[in-house]
Amino acid sequence: MTDVSPHDIEQFSPDDDVPRAPRTMLPDDWGMLAGSALAAVGLMWTLFLRLLPVHSSVGTWFLTWLVFLAIYGYVVRQVHGRLAAKDRIVAAALSSVALILFGLLLLIVGYVVVKGIGGITSAFFTQTLEKVGPLDPETKGGALHAILGTLMQLTMTVIISVPLGITTAVFLNEVGGRWARPVRTLVDAMSGVPSIVAGLFIYSALILSLGWGFSGFAASLALAVLMLPTVTRTTEVVLRLVPGGLREAALALGAPRWRVVLQVVLPTARSGVSTAVILGMARAVGETAPLILTALGTSIVNNNIFKGAQASLPLYIWGLIRSSDGGQQQRAWAGALALITLVLVLFTLARLLGRPRRRDGVEEHGTVTSLAGLDAAFDRFHLSGERASSMTYDTADHHHDRTRHDAAPDPDPEDRP
Amino acid sequence: MSSPTLDPSAVIVDHEAPELHLRPGSLRAERVSAWFGSHKVLHQVDLDMPAGQVTALIGPSGCGKSTFIRILNRMHELVPSAKLAGRVLLDGVDIYGEDVSPTKTRARIGMVFQKPNPFPAMSISENVLAGLKLTGRKAKSEDAEELLQVSLERAGLWNEVKNRLREPGGALSGGQQQRLCIARALAVTPELLLMDEPCSALDPTSTRRIEETIAEIAHDVTVVIVTHNMQQAARVSDQCAFFLAAEGTPGHIVEAGPTDQIFNSPADPRTADYVNGRFG
Repeated sequence: MTDVSPHDIEQFSPDDDVPRAPRTMLPDDWGMLAGSALAAVGLMWTLFLRLLPVHSSVGTWFLTWLVFLAIYGYVVRQVHGRLAAKDRIVAAALSSVALILFGLLLLIVGYVVVKGIGGITSAFFTQTLEKVGPLDPETKGGALHAILGTLMQLTMTVIISVPLGITTAVFLNEVGGRWARPVRTLVDAMSGVPSIVAGLFIYSALILSLGWGFSGFAASLALAVLMLPTVTRTTEVVLRLVPGGLREAALALGAPRWRVVLQVVLPTARSGVSTAVILGMARAVGETAPLILTALGTSIVNNNIFKGAQASLPLYIWGLIRSSDGGQQQRAWAGALALITLVLVLFTLARLLGRPRRRDGVEEHGTVTSLAGLDAAFDRFHLSGERASSMTYDTADHHHDRTRHDAAPDPDPEDRP
Repeated sequence: MSSPTLDPSAVIVDHEAPELHLRPGSLRAERVSAWFGSHKVLHQVDLDMPAGQVTALIGPSGCGKSTFIRILNRMHELVPSAKLAGRVLLDGVDIYGEDVSPTKTRARIGMVFQKPNPFPAMSISENVLAGLKLTGRKAKSEDAEELLQVSLERAGLWNEVKNRLREPGGALSGGQQQRLCIARALAVTPELLLMDEPCSALDPTSTRRIEETIAEIAHDVTVVIVTHNMQQAARVSDQCAFFLAAEGTPGHIVEAGPTDQIFNSPADPRTADYVNGRFG
């Protein structure tokens, strides 16, 4: 190593001003990682495929993973010491689990795409199953009736449960009082209701007792039962993260409570609320069980959501996938692909709608955009960086004053003039 | 920047003659006590806040200054366990009277908080005019524009933001945000402006700008300011009230009077110790 005097360090030429990205993982570290993985695979391959008479694919891969972690930990410990080894093992374990989960997700979506893409024809979007027999080729007929049914039922579900859910969340967070606790418990209990039970409830209460008959509307009601708790609880969390100082500022201007909620709290939490709606829609759109008991399913287009059996994509898939005929199964896979695509499109739309407004190309500061962005938004507005949870005015100020009072005999040195 | 002339009669706390010195925009606290649950934090506070003057509330942490200032515009009752006793007279009328609306009272008595809190979902101009929208008042667009400019000018922010009125309020610096909040409070034309440590989160330059703003608005708006900064109290206020809470007892006013008197010839030795930095 050559000696570097302070004088040399100060000699910067303009050419030295090259941006570098500091990294924790140097090429050596990547080498250790790759080497350990290779060693583990090689060892297990030799053991199980060459020496031992036993072999199970899942078990072998799992053992390989454990052996890899052990080898990697040992190597890092030799080079960097115990503490670094622990850190790297945990990091490697967590990253590989994340990779496996992401891989599984890709596998599921990819499998549906591969299986379903063959059934996506123009007929799929323009025809129904009205005149399709069990042995007709998959090019004949389509899922128009199911797509329309799903769209109508989902729209109706959103119309029912979003206003209810947001209102309930506003009640829980902005009004409160002694009824908030039982309501919150009830909402939590609702989110645990199995979907078939929601369907059974609508079936027995409305379809049997009141004689409504099967309809898309009944299906929407059952789906709304499932969507409501998701929307409510997610919205409540987002509203709770709106800084209490904003409510106080609005109240101090002479605003009544309802205007504070409508014009300050909800706009601040706009993106977060739209996330809540997305999560709720995701819960509702894929449900099959409650639809069997409410919408029943059909093979023709029914444009009246209030009367008569109506098809939907989950029912379409469920009805066809049980067939032993390849053509029918092909249609079901195409339906699954259409459902996944529909969910994706809805998510994108909701994200676009819920995006913070931009003015003159400047992104808005401090709005509650997502659960992850909340802390950052909060810190930007509250320079001292107090935690968001302590800022709702009903509890925070009380606490604040109490602690201040308790601290009175021992004054804060910062208050010294 | 205290105004040179003081009206000594306006600060005498005298329960026998409450109506004598009341002018529009004057506030008077009479025997105000406050509790959180069963915990008493203020004991029988009497204070006159004369119209058109700046009254500073000073004292160590935890002596009830913030609680007191929140009582003055009915923000105290937002804490569920909060209780109070006594009267607060705005131009001679008790704001805690039975037929007085808390929201209308708050519109007459504005408030600026310790931390700047512009509404993040609104632009600069929307923030200034938020008070109109939030109280359900509709203004014609030319009136609104005039109000916007006048409010921002009074808060000393107009020149800095006049070309970016449609940008979000959160894009401003901390000091600018606080002046935006002052403009927002002034836009509803309050008779009083309460300021709860408005400069404690700001740098010295921003603090100076806020103090200049206070001096300018004090001509037509009564200002009550809580501050931990002795020099600031001496600079901006005409009247001064020294709060203190001895160990285990609720806060009360030790001494109140013209700022000159409190700082230069205080009657109580504790006041002298505090303003000279010997404790607190």
